[in-house]
Amino acid sequence: MKALPVIHFVLGLLLAPFLFGVINRTKAFFAGRRGQPLLQMYYDLWKLVRKGAVYSETTTWVFRAGPVVSLAAVVLALLFVPAGRLPAVAAFGGDILLVAYLLALARFATMSAALDTGSSFEGMGASREAQFSAMAEPALLISLAALGRHVHAWSLSGIINPLGPEAWRGAGPVLALAAGAMAIVFLVENARIPVDDPNTHLELTMIHEVMVLDHGGPDFAAIQYGAALKLWLLGSLLVGIAAPVHTGSAVIDGAAFLGGMCALGVCVGAVESSMARLRLTRVPHLIAGAAALALLAAIMALR
Amino acid sequence: MSAALVIMPLAAGCAAFVARWRWLRQAILLAVTGAHAVLTACCWFTRREAAPGAWLALDAPGLLFLSITSLLALLAAVYSIGYLRRERESGHEDFEEGFVFANQPEAVFTGCLLVFLGTMSLVCVSRHFGVLWVAIEATTLASAPLIHFHRHHRSLEAAWKYLLICSVGIALALLGTYFLSVAVAGPDGAAPQLSVAVGAWAGKSAQGAWLRAAFICMLVGYGTKMGLAPMHTWLPDAHSEAPSLVSALLSGALLNCAFLALLRMSGVCGALGEGAFCGRLLAGFGLLSMGVAAVFIVAQRDFKRLLAYSSVEHMGILAFGAGIGLLAAGTGGAGGALLHAANHSTVKALLFLVAGNVIAAYKTKDIGSVRGMLRVQPASGVLWLAGIIAITGMPPFGVFVGKFMILKAAFDARLGWCAAVALGIMAVIFLCMTRAAAGMVFGDAPAGMARERELRATIVPPMALCALALVLGVCVPGALQQLIAAAVAALGGRP
Amino acid sequence: MHSLMDTLLVVVVLTNLWLLGSGRIGASINAAAAQGVVLGVLAVLIEEGRLGVPLVAFAVLSGVMKGVVFPWLLRRAQRVAGVNREIEPLVGYTVSVLAGVAALGIAMRLSARLPLPAPAPSALMVPVALFTLFSGLFLIVSRKKAITQVTGYLVMENGIYTLGMAIAREEPFLVQLGVLLDLFVGVFVMGIAIFHISREFDHIDTDQLSALKDTQS
Repeated sequence: MKALPVIHFVLGLLLAPFLFGVINRTKAFFAGRRGQPLLQMYYDLWKLVRKGAVYSETTTWVFRAGPVVSLAAVVLALLFVPAGRLPAVAAFGGDILLVAYLLALARFATMSAALDTGSSFEGMGASREAQFSAMAEPALLISLAALGRHVHAWSLSGIINPLGPEAWRGAGPVLALAAGAMAIVFLVENARIPVDDPNTHLELTMIHEVMVLDHGGPDFAAIQYGAALKLWLLGSLLVGIAAPVHTGSAVIDGAAFLGGMCALGVCVGAVESSMARLRLTRVPHLIAGAAALALLAAIMALR
Repeated sequence: MSAALVIMPLAAGCAAFVARWRWLRQAILLAVTGAHAVLTACCWFTRREAAPGAWLALDAPGLLFLSITSLLALLAAVYSIGYLRRERESGHEDFEEGFVFANQPEAVFTGCLLVFLGTMSLVCVSRHFGVLWVAIEATTLASAPLIHFHRHHRSLEAAWKYLLICSVGIALALLGTYFLSVAVAGPDGAAPQLSVAVGAWAGKSAQGAWLRAAFICMLVGYGTKMGLAPMHTWLPDAHSEAPSLVSALLSGALLNCAFLALLRMSGVCGALGEGAFCGRLLAGFGLLSMGVAAVFIVAQRDFKRLLAYSSVEHMGILAFGAGIGLLAAGTGGAGGALLHAANHSTVKALLFLVAGNVIAAYKTKDIGSVRGMLRVQPASGVLWLAGIIAITGMPPFGVFVGKFMILKAAFDARLGWCAAVALGIMAVIFLCMTRAAAGMVFGDAPAGMARERELRATIVPPMALCALALVLGVCVPGALQQLIAAAVAALGGRP
Repeated sequence: MHSLMDTLLVVVVLTNLWLLGSGRIGASINAAAAQGVVLGVLAVLIEEGRLGVPLVAFAVLSGVMKGVVFPWLLRRAQRVAGVNREIEPLVGYTVSVLAGVAALGIAMRLSARLPLPAPAPSALMVPVALFTLFSGLFLIVSRKKAITQVTGYLVMENGIYTLGMAIAREEPFLVQLGVLLDLFVGVFVMGIAIFHISREFDHIDTDQLSALKDTQS
């Protein structure tokens, strides 16, 4: 049983790109197409890794360090993330903050690399990313804090592991509000519709994609993989809160968790197929809504 | 009996809405207001104690205010015949901005007038704070269309402000009603019936904090309706834009209804041991209202707004008197306030009715543009002068008596400085209003204006009111004295 | 039952936040309507033990009034006035929502200190009622369109109604009926007034109703 946390950590590393496949297949289904193979992202990553990289003469080491640092930070953060009932590889009181700041570090590395290119498009993307994530971070932290206050634990594993269906009966409002806030943060942080359109081809409208235009080859592979891991990371938090399953058997719980992740992928695909992107000026409004939900959860939990 | 007083005007109002012929509507209006007055008069002779659990019954304060309301409604109904005829004859051109407007259908006007009377009667006869709230909110809704009789943008603005400010304010009074039921709830959480009868509360206990919160909510809520500063902002707009007879009813009857609600609540608070708190608040708001009114009267150029601010002042005096009555029982502050309420209604209605005649003749509301009323409209001119002298508190009119009683009570209650402040404010208002009136009444008529024939229907009602004010000033009838004494007792004070 | 009540109260809170954060008038009307229906259900839940025909009838009536009749009246006024959005509120939407959350916090603190003679049916009830009251008042003073102000008035009344449910459960049936009737006539008359305003001014921005003042310029 000791190896269990390591197993689901490794599973996370392996399966994260698969989640993208699920989302893309769902969108294709709604559009009436067959769509990419489920494993398309693995092929893409493999293709990128084999290529060489081209670096502009105006860039410095910051540009090269960006993808590596951000990938490393996300992998490190994944160590602290439990999968439903299964505890994380590492956990200590207060690791909520560590995870939040590792994600922030990853973002910082990406944004620095983007600014290092000196391109106006990438600078614009970095500024938008900074603005939105600066607003989303409080929402994430407050909703986690509300849950922490509710179960009196301050590590991610401590917060999410004890949740079960009975927790929803007892404190439904707190959990629902926190899950709502997390869902919005999930969409914002992973640059999904309605905040950002991952498929857009117009740089002016991009947020996340525009920052990484100048990366190529293995660097781009690191960035894509890092994004997939981040999707997995925040997704497992959301699934852990929104659909806690507690059967007693680690295998069934783990299977339920994986099922939850697939369902989340389908949900994201469905949202992307049914909604349009928000105007950029309306995005802060949405994130403020998430913050309001999180605060509400905190108020309920404090009662 | 009390149910009939409410239902009759309401039913007649509905009938007037659908009545097709003008003569029928006017007959309904006159007959019903007349019958209402007769019924009210009958109540003077058949007074008896209300059953404790009754929801609708007439006690002494209710009867006093009902009589005022009923009398004003009858006179306004008589006046309305002349007023509506004048409205039909004159072109509907706005004299301030020169555009042409339509009038509200007369059926709506008459119907709302009657419904308004019915709801005000309900205020006077309700014996339960919940019913009282419902009735006062209903008066707002019934009177808002009346303000928008002349369908132009200014009256619409006034009606909207009145509707929204008063509705929101009165919603707070509902909150106060709930707080009251919490304050008096027993340990098991069961609240007794929220009767307005002070006697029913004697010897009971209440939670002081909740009771004070309830009183504050009601003071803000009903105070908005009554026109106490700083919640008075709707009042000058509504009074200046409404047709004159509606202004007369608003000022003379409606404000009193809200005052009655406040009196009942402060009586109950007094019985539950919070009298001093309520008294201080009432007196303070009263003084503030007088001061605010004085500031606006000094620089006023619109004579209907002048009258409206004068109403704010007098509502302040009423609240001040009621507050003194609570602070020092037995000094006569409460009795003075009740007497003053009657006097103020009489004179203010007289003034607003005459103001309607002035507007009809001069086509302006500007004080500076009205000259030589004695030459153009002698009867209205004399009545206007008399009314202004009366309202500023000069003998031999009744307002003087009421004011005098209240000020004397303040001195007796060792609140001499309050009385001195009030007296100073009254002096300022006296100067401003008499100067304005003198300018309007005397002097030569403006060029091109000849002597007008004044309609009897628009002269007789103010004359009757003037006579009444004079009678109340010379000697207060014994029956009225008894009624006021009984009302003070019923509201928990000592006469 | 308790958890269901709490959930409904949270829904009321969310409708308030929605009202504070939304500039679309149609959405605001719908939110207020949903709030009215939820409160009707709540009224039945609270009196679990002593349900009677008048009580259920009143709850249904109030739900229908607030959920169907008032929104219908408001939507008609909206159609006549031809406005869809609240443009340029005096306080921005994001700030309004955050102010709303702050108000909820204050309401929680406040109600924790209130000495109630009998415990409220749910600990959330009084704070939610106060919050609804605050939201309504806030809407009235911070929005310009007449329809939004009427919606705010309805929300405020909802708050008072909830507070009444929580603390003053002895209020007689007839009085409640009267309050509801007043509310109905109030919305009706305000709807007519909005109709006149839109016809007279071609807009329903109440901040431009400013012809009446004391000093003529």
